[in-house]
Amino acid sequence: MSEPKKAVALISGGLDSMLAAKVIMEQGIQVEGINFFTGFCVEGHTHAIRKKDKNKQKRNNALWSAEQLGIKLHIVDIIDEYKDVLINPKHGYGAHMNPCLDCKIFMVNKAKQWIQENGFDFIITGEVIGQRPMSQRRETMPVVAAESGADDLLLRPLCARNLPMTLPEREGWVDREKLYDFSGRSRKPQMALAEAFGFEDYAQPAGGCCFLTDEHYSTKLVDLWQARGKKEYDLDDVMLLKVGRHIRPKKNFKLIVAREEGEARFMQGYKNHFINMNCASHRGPLVLIDGEPSGEDLILAGQITARYGQGRDAEEVTLQIREKDKPERLITVKPLSADEMPEEWFV
Amino acid sequence: MMQETLDARRLLCPMPVIRTQDKVKKLTTGDELTVICTDPGVMQDIPAWCRINGHRVKECREQDGEYIIVLEVG
Ligand code: SF4
Repeated sequence: MSEPKKAVALISGGLDSMLAAKVIMEQGIQVEGINFFTGFCVEGHTHAIRKKDKNKQKRNNALWSAEQLGIKLHIVDIIDEYKDVLINPKHGYGAHMNPCLDCKIFMVNKAKQWIQENGFDFIITGEVIGQRPMSQRRETMPVVAAESGADDLLLRPLCARNLPMTLPEREGWVDREKLYDFSGRSRKPQMALAEAFGFEDYAQPAGGCCFLTDEHYSTKLVDLWQARGKKEYDLDDVMLLKVGRHIRPKKNFKLIVAREEGEARFMQGYKNHFINMNCASHRGPLVLIDGEPSGEDLILAGQITARYGQGRDAEEVTLQIREKDKPERLITVKPLSADEMPEEWFV
Repeated sequence: MMQETLDARRLLCPMPVIRTQDKVKKLTTGDELTVICTDPGVMQDIPAWCRINGHRVKECREQDGEYIIVLEVG
């Protein structure tokens, strides 16, 4: 008997990729999962931000999916390489800063390299024609296959019957008749298939697999790039755009104000890398300052910080300021009132 | 049998899992790896990663604000 064929499945943590993997496993193919971490992924990195007392612990859905499927999962760090995708997407952005089409091409290309290095035969994804407005359209399906270099080694089990034959189908490794022809935005066929496979409690991210599909997140990213005068970022930026209230009173600096205890705990980890302050005379949140504020700017930052503490109505509030390589110091300011905070400051 | 330690302090999930995975690749069956982290998420994620990849978690504890996971490579 010949060796069983092997496929790698792109696992995002959502239902569709899980179903696609299962459909192929049912045909006797040996499947392993691959998950790419861009830094922006919704799954798996928000543990540190969540509140400790939340009774439902947040799980990493990619790991969870693999466990439900009973397959191995390889998580690949693509943070650095992904910058090029996000900063210069050949096919442009979607509704927000999500470069979905370039992102898909990039990930499938990575998966292609991976199967070559690891002796696997083909790649599967959970894509469905018409499911997502930018990357999952009839016209984009061949673009992903061609530009990633995966060509007919890329099989989409959930909509394969609407697409040209791929190598695994032609060679008879998988039976095309047992693949699906889902299309459109409806989730019903997926939900029915999930039920047939006995999958429960699965994740269904509404917008997409990453924060770049989120309007508010994208606004904050664009603000960062505008303020810096160039499109660049590092992992700390990516993480900090997910937490706090962002207030930019001037181009050269912004404040990140913790909104609750979980965020404050998370932001503590960045205290050594950013100028930061908090109220000393009253209770108030931790605030990180990103950018290059002058001494005068720090007073303004202090007045804003004071506004978010319990001393907001006091005549004077004393704050502790910590700057890199300088001793901690105290300043006393009058908190800004609500009318002194123009709406444009809120990113 | 080798005993190794991985310092994954200050890394946020899933980076500690990725570092653990990369380290385990260089070890062989029966070796022991101690991973030290500060992101509480690892208490769920590293055991889940071990379960799906066939490694055994020997110990999982919190100590002075750090999370320590000891695993045996399968
Ligand atoms: S939402 Fe789009 S940009 Fe984000 S990970 Fe998914 S495909 Fe990539």
